[in-house]
Amino acid sequence: MTAATIDTARPGQVAEAPRRPFNWSAIGNGAVLTLVVIWCFLPFYWMVVLAFRNNANTYDTTPFFSHVTLSNFRYAFDTSINKFGRSLINSLIIGAVVTIVAMVVGVFAGYALARLAFRGKGIVLAAILGASMFPGVAILTPIFQLFTNLGWLGTYQGLILPQISFSLPLAVYTLTSFFADMPWELEQAARVDGATPGQAFRLVIFPLAAPALFTTAILVFLASWNEFLLSSVLSVGKASVAPSTVAIAYFTAGPHIVPYTQTMAAGLVVTVPLVIVVLLFQRRIVSGLTAGGVKG
Amino acid sequence: MTVAGPAAERAEEQAEKKPAEPKRNKIQTGEGRLAFYLVAPTIVLLALVVGYPIVRGIYSSFQSDPGLDPATGFFSNSTHWVGLQNYKYWLLQQCPSAGGGHVKCPTGTLGSQFWPSLEVTLFFTIVTVTFETVIGMAFALVMNKAFKGRGLVRAAILVPWAIPTAVTSKLWIVIFDPQGILNKVLGTHILWTSSQWPARFAVVIADVWKTTPFIALLILAGLQNISADLYESARVDGASAWQRFTRITLPLVKPALAVAVIFRTLDVLRMYDLPAILTGGANGTTTVSILVVKQLNSGLNSASALSTVTFIIIFAIALGMVRLFNANIVGAQAKGAK
Repeated sequence: MTAATIDTARPGQVAEAPRRPFNWSAIGNGAVLTLVVIWCFLPFYWMVVLAFRNNANTYDTTPFFSHVTLSNFRYAFDTSINKFGRSLINSLIIGAVVTIVAMVVGVFAGYALARLAFRGKGIVLAAILGASMFPGVAILTPIFQLFTNLGWLGTYQGLILPQISFSLPLAVYTLTSFFADMPWELEQAARVDGATPGQAFRLVIFPLAAPALFTTAILVFLASWNEFLLSSVLSVGKASVAPSTVAIAYFTAGPHIVPYTQTMAAGLVVTVPLVIVVLLFQRRIVSGLTAGGVKG
Repeated sequence: MTVAGPAAERAEEQAEKKPAEPKRNKIQTGEGRLAFYLVAPTIVLLALVVGYPIVRGIYSSFQSDPGLDPATGFFSNSTHWVGLQNYKYWLLQQCPSAGGGHVKCPTGTLGSQFWPSLEVTLFFTIVTVTFETVIGMAFALVMNKAFKGRGLVRAAILVPWAIPTAVTSKLWIVIFDPQGILNKVLGTHILWTSSQWPARFAVVIADVWKTTPFIALLILAGLQNISADLYESARVDGASAWQRFTRITLPLVKPALAVAVIFRTLDVLRMYDLPAILTGGANGTTTVSILVVKQLNSGLNSASALSTVTFIIIFAIALGMVRLFNANIVGAQAKGAK
């Protein structure tokens, strides 16, 4: 059976390539690709549909937009019931500080690991990778204990500091692999052509490195924005500092209401900016995501 | 060297560095010192937010929690050294007794949930990673062949990855509702989130949905490094599609695959967000991470013991997998880093 298919397939592909007989495998590929796209978008699509649907029609299975309303969004931002708007600001504050700290500290380590030869480099890399693979709960308990004593539970610093544990390793190893791939010969070439080190950095290296820095910053910010375990425990129910993931998880609508459509509206507000950013920079993000492990 | 001053110094450093690169063991003192200053802030910060809590957690896991003292029968606010008692509580369900010995803990204590939660965590790990790898591999193979629509597919793949898990979990609550779209489409009346096996598979389905595309992306990056010439010459030599897959694709994609599988395994072993929100850990979906968070309200030192056990288990599994796949993750990083 398989032998027969080879014999018929082989001449068709090698000898008669230009004529292109009816290509079943292309159809099959197309079908699978379509399946992949549907797989990825279908649940998300349902979230969008429900976010714009009247709450009374929650269990309506019409597969396209029906009973369209914006009330779910108004409801999500109604501060008397949920502190959802506030949580978006909290997420922005936490994400921004975490990203800035991780980038500012991580860029130096990434440069050193990618460009300099030094003793113990393997150990440093192993330590940083090890730190990134840590189960969050392993540091959660002691940090909870420590912050209880310090009175840091439910504060911004109490939410920001623990996030360094995963964002800094992420920044360092992404930057390391980006830097390792950069054409550093250009820096030398610029200096041979008479550029000062400052000029070589400003005019040659920085423009080359900027996209890498930017991509890494996006990845770190996303990781912070999506974090739930540490934030949900360390915010101890304080809506004034809790990020949006926590607000979404505890989203309520008062008694006797199933707040599905409102939750989907809130979820959409959290998600859409991310999806836009990710789609705009998809090429870079994919290279950033795959830079770490796959090279070897 | 026509460039003067610091520029010349740096140029010399460069000139010195270039020929030294193949021999990586050679240390340039200047570079070593510079590297130390550059790496030190990262190491210090990580020691502060990861190293210190771990050490402190291990220390306090040997302390008793405030609570009823079985010896006196009074509430005691002080903590003292209790050796392995907290570990015995989790691993053997032994509680201290008034006589100073050990008794079997009363049923209903969190300690009795340790083994079931470990089992369900391992179940999630094996099932989701298997599904994600097999389906992700299929996706990647097809995407690797496709030229039309590759951009669209790659964009689509990032959508489930980019949605925060908290939002994903809420989305699946809606889909899995007894009156929700899934039961309507399937024509079933399954209580997805409130009976044991459906709840477990609800977690598996939601996790596989979110992460399979991401695995596909990692595998695809590995596939794209394989030269098309190899396939061409294998085909000329008469290798079947299956032979080309097992003899060329699998061995060459193995490093990328191993890294993807190891990272995913570690991720699922510490899974918290999805079951915590989707099922609240009810109906046999309490993962080890959820158990730690539950314990936070009833004794932090005991929780530290559980954290430490979790950490050791995950570390051991990670180490075992690295050995099994013979994967050189750090080496891959170092090579990436030249």
